[in-house]
Amino acid sequence: MKKRSLIPILYIAFLMLPIYWLVAMSFKTTNEILSGFSLFPQTFTLENYVTIFTDPTWYWGYINSIIYVTLNTVLSVCVALPAAYAFSRYRFLGDKQLFFWLLTNRMAPAAVFALPFFQLYSSIGLFDTYLAVALAHTLFNVPLAVWILEGFMRGIPKELDETAYVDGYSFPRFFVTIFLPNIKAGVGVAAFFCFMFSWVEMLLAKTLTAVEAKPIAAVMTRTASSAGYELGLLAAAGTLTIIPGAIVIWFVRNYIARGFAMGRV
Amino acid sequence: MRTENQRAWFFVLPVLALVAFNALVPMMTVVNYSVQETFGNNQFFWEGLGWFEQILRSDRFQAALGRQFLFTFLILIIEVPLGIIVALSMPRKGFWVPVCLVLMALPMLIPWNVVGSMWNIFTLPKIGLLGYFLNDVLGINYDMTQQPISAWITVIVMDVWHWTSLVVLLCYAGLVSIPDAYYQAAKIDGASPWSVFRYIQLPKMKTVLTIAVLLRFMDSFNIYTEPFVLTGGGPGNSTTLLSIDLVKIALGQFDLGPAAAMSLIYFAITLLVSWVFYTLMTKDDAQ
Repeated sequence: MKKRSLIPILYIAFLMLPIYWLVAMSFKTTNEILSGFSLFPQTFTLENYVTIFTDPTWYWGYINSIIYVTLNTVLSVCVALPAAYAFSRYRFLGDKQLFFWLLTNRMAPAAVFALPFFQLYSSIGLFDTYLAVALAHTLFNVPLAVWILEGFMRGIPKELDETAYVDGYSFPRFFVTIFLPNIKAGVGVAAFFCFMFSWVEMLLAKTLTAVEAKPIAAVMTRTASSAGYELGLLAAAGTLTIIPGAIVIWFVRNYIARGFAMGRV
Repeated sequence: MRTENQRAWFFVLPVLALVAFNALVPMMTVVNYSVQETFGNNQFFWEGLGWFEQILRSDRFQAALGRQFLFTFLILIIEVPLGIIVALSMPRKGFWVPVCLVLMALPMLIPWNVVGSMWNIFTLPKIGLLGYFLNDVLGINYDMTQQPISAWITVIVMDVWHWTSLVVLLCYAGLVSIPDAYYQAAKIDGASPWSVFRYIQLPKMKTVLTIAVLLRFMDSFNIYTEPFVLTGGGPGNSTTLLSIDLVKIALGQFDLGPAAAMSLIYFAITLLVSWVFYTLMTKDDAQ
């Protein structure tokens, strides 16, 4: 038993090493970084973080990212709920084809869509708004949300729906007061995945914004190129991007294993 | 059993409208570009299938496609077995399980450009932890910006670091759903660890493993941000994967026609391979 637990420990150590290095770098001064190798910060400094929290271009990058990610999560889950219900409960003309077509959007390389998205959202006047990024990210998040929610809904017996109808519940009332509480875990997991993929995607987010809705990634690349090579600042900015994800994942930790199986186990 | 009901379409309508807006309009734009030639000034000339022929015959595209397949193949044969091994050796219950799961999922929640920067900082020859360790402690000549081999290994290790946890978590979900009675029965029959794996654990993991392979295939085939930030496609063109090459053509050189044709070919390949996986997967569901 002892020997077996060595594998996960080694694996987690491997995962933590680059993260440790990023965090360690963020507490070093630029001088120390460039002067050579040191395993721990020799002159511990918070200067990099102070820069980020006092400069509006920096902290607005985070706020912008969080706004469009939240918008996208709410939007994706709301439209995916009825669709997933339909796929899990009914057979209708073209259901299988439609489901596969939805999934194909998950397969489209973001690089393919970058330029057409820019043109599309510019032409309808949404360029450089939160809504543009949130809408663009639904391309891959809605199919995923439908897929996850459908898996969870299939696990709820159909008798539940039928009993509710016999008891005289209207469909919206049944859906909100009876059905939704039953698939709470599924909604949480779907929301988690939407948050995750919208938070980590940067190519489309960068292409669709300029100033007003600029995501943190754009701030990072511009700083890296304009202010020379400020590794400490870059590391601090990177460290801060890990935090929202870590918080969200802590909330869903008990559903995470099942959620990754898309409710299909 | 699901009942036949055409009104279910109304439930699907919002999703349909949203995804159609996002997928069909850009897709038509790409198709439109792919069959035309432009000299700027919004003047377009009919080009037919010329771009497709040119792209399919070009050495540059074939080389990028070859690198892409090699990359995807390598990460799949590393990540899938490694993921299974880690999932098998995880404890089934106890205090440490949620902690392990959260720590393992952490790399997946880091923005992709930060993943690239992080590995860049990690592997810098004199400054980075890995770069210092390899060069100055072990004496291995390692420099990602000069040697294609180093760059390839770094890109592969970075992807293994980033995504193996997806395979682990999926397999783990499959494993915890196996009732204890199965293991007890196997113990009574005196089954070896290998036959427990082969006849109890592997069949139970089959569905989730297919999902894992499908997701890993799609995402690794479309990978752009991480290797772009890490190596920029270099040294030379050695780590220029399909997406990187595509963006170079489309946004760097602004060759919209060839870029659009390449997009469609690229998408078609992803679609074809994914469709094979998908049919295999739904066939299992039906049984």
